[in-house]
Amino acid sequence: MIECKDIKKEYKTGDETTQVLKGLTFTINDGEYVAIMGPSGSGKSTLMHILGALDTPTSGTYFLDGKDVSKLGDHELADIRKEKVGFVFQAFNLLPRATVVRNVALPLVYAGVPKQEREKIAKKALIQAGFDEARFNHLSNQLSGGQMQRVAIARALVNNPSLLLADEPTGNLDTKTGEIVLQTFEKLNEQGHTIILITHEEDVAKHARRIIHIKDGEIIKDEKIK
Amino acid sequence: MAETSIPKTTIKVVDLIEETFSAVSSNKTRSGLTMLGIIIGIASVIAMVAIGTGAQSSIEARISSLGANLLTVQPGAPRTFGSTVNAGRGNAQTLTKDDATSLTSLSGVKAVSPESTNREQIVSSTSNTNTSVIGAVSAYPEVHNMSVDQGLWFTDSQVSGFAKVAVIGPTVQGDLFNGTATSTVIGQNIRINGLPFTIIGITASKGGSGFGNTDNNIYIPLSTAQQFITGSVYVGSISIEAASQGVMDTVTTEVTNALLARHKITDPTKADFNIINQADIASTASSVTGTFTALLAAVAGISLVVGGIGIMNMMLTTVTERTREIGLRKAIGAQRTDITTQFLAEAVVLTVLGGIIGIMLGWLVSWGVTRFFAITTQVSVNSILLAFGVSAGIGILFGYYPAVRASKLNPIEALRYE
Ligand SMILES: Nc1ncnc2c1ncn2[C@@H]1O[C@H](COP(=O)(O)OP(=O)(O)OP(=O)(O)O)[C@@H](O)[C@H]1O
Ligand SMILES: [Mg+2]
Repeated sequence: MIECKDIKKEYKTGDETTQVLKGLTFTINDGEYVAIMGPSGSGKSTLMHILGALDTPTSGTYFLDGKDVSKLGDHELADIRKEKVGFVFQAFNLLPRATVVRNVALPLVYAGVPKQEREKIAKKALIQAGFDEARFNHLSNQLSGGQMQRVAIARALVNNPSLLLADEPTGNLDTKTGEIVLQTFEKLNEQGHTIILITHEEDVAKHARRIIHIKDGEIIKDEKIK
Repeated sequence: MAETSIPKTTIKVVDLIEETFSAVSSNKTRSGLTMLGIIIGIASVIAMVAIGTGAQSSIEARISSLGANLLTVQPGAPRTFGSTVNAGRGNAQTLTKDDATSLTSLSGVKAVSPESTNREQIVSSTSNTNTSVIGAVSAYPEVHNMSVDQGLWFTDSQVSGFAKVAVIGPTVQGDLFNGTATSTVIGQNIRINGLPFTIIGITASKGGSGFGNTDNNIYIPLSTAQQFITGSVYVGSISIEAASQGVMDTVTTEVTNALLARHKITDPTKADFNIINQADIASTASSVTGTFTALLAAVAGISLVVGGIGIMNMMLTTVTERTREIGLRKAIGAQRTDITTQFLAEAVVLTVLGGIIGIMLGWLVSWGVTRFFAITTQVSVNSILLAFGVSAGIGILFGYYPAVRASKLNPIEALRYE
């Protein structure tokens, strides 16, 4: 469960302070499928980093499963990312010159899972993400955009995270491929993963069950759609 | 903030090794070039130390081949060894054959060999040469660790009988009787200073050149030399073989006292002779070559440091290039220490790999130097262990800063890095 109370984030550049998040308060229950929508520069990615324990807010509290994440240090944050969070980055961020399976298994390396088991779990995640089995041992830089996106999703799934965060997951894809990826999210949500999808496209947001609208670092609308 | 809590490493050693090798092998050209600095550094340390150590041991071997437990009494005022080694020899004339004979009875003395040395023109039936003619006694071969290869050394009665016989070194044999079978050289006549001598023996080769080369000598009985060549009762030097290494100092004192008494000198500082201990020469020579070795190693060591800086430079470049990768690894749960160990391991693998290749190359160079330049080299286990340790140390030392820099990258900024 995600409980955010008055989350603020500001950046200092010189003597100027930019308020990016201006006090966000919301709750997301386990198993929800939420889209965060807003125009460019509204603070969506910043919020996702905080929710994913990549960053901490300047002020406010963020409880993840009852634990106050906003006050944690570097290495506890790393533990949370390892155990609870799966990221799907906008730019995929796959390891070049590494095979698909190795890319997907990478989070398990830091979880201390032995190699054979790692590969088994990685292959399962790839199938779950709808990745073609024939390309498991291809190098990541030999894949198409849609294939890379699936690898990125499989990697986010591999440590069975309770929270899946996806930043513009369809941004680089054509409508048809995007549609397939979104179906994958829906399936994963049915399996019980909490999914937070970040997008600025109405069509994409409509796949979720709830949309949180952000503008200039503030929530302007929070609607249930299904 | 919980910054102070002990960071834990979560990556397993086997995985660390796999990650490291895949990183190192993914850019082979660059890894190779980076290692080159270390390879050259380590190879030159190994080769230089091998050449130095080889020179040291060959000098030591050469000196000890001149005779074991050898003391040399020379005419002239005592001097500190090291200033002028040959001072006084031939200039002062204070030692006689009787001095030598008197020393044989001293305890701890095994053999005594009075000697004279002169350079003379030698003529054979077919050729001629100019070389050292040594007046010697029957004890000479034993004292100087020398053996006769063909024929015989002269006997005591030949020495006392002023016999005109000669034993020649193999180099002299070559110069005077080139092309003549060795067996027929014995019995041939040669002329030394115009006088005919019969060759009765040829010494075994000791090899070498320059300092301490005895292959180019001619030996004749001391009495004959004094009578017909030097025309003097004095001898050039007296060599004494002590019974063992342990009694060298006692023998030195005994000989000094005996000679002072015979020469009726009361003040030891006014002695008209001096005694050189073979072991002293050996240790001085080996300390000189030791310094030489250290100097070579220091020069080679500098190239190692340069190689280490090369490693650091390359690791810093790698960290910058792989910023996004580092951000990703952190985003999926890598601890700071995971990142530090990974980059440190890469640096250490590069240097240790470079070190191993360097050791092999250094060995090859040493072998080549021995093979093609006939210089003795000696690759020591110590220098290999040292080189290995140094290269691993350089990896840690120069890899640490880039690794820490990598681990401190902010994951968000790292992921954004273009
Ligand atoms: N490190 C930083 N220093 C200063 N300002 C920053 C920093 N990171 C983000 N910002 C600012 O915060 C604001 C929100 O950025 P953010 O990336 O969250 O936007 P976004 O909603 O994800 O936009 P987009 O849809 O274009 O991805 C932007 O105005 C950006 O300039
Ligand atoms: Mg964004």
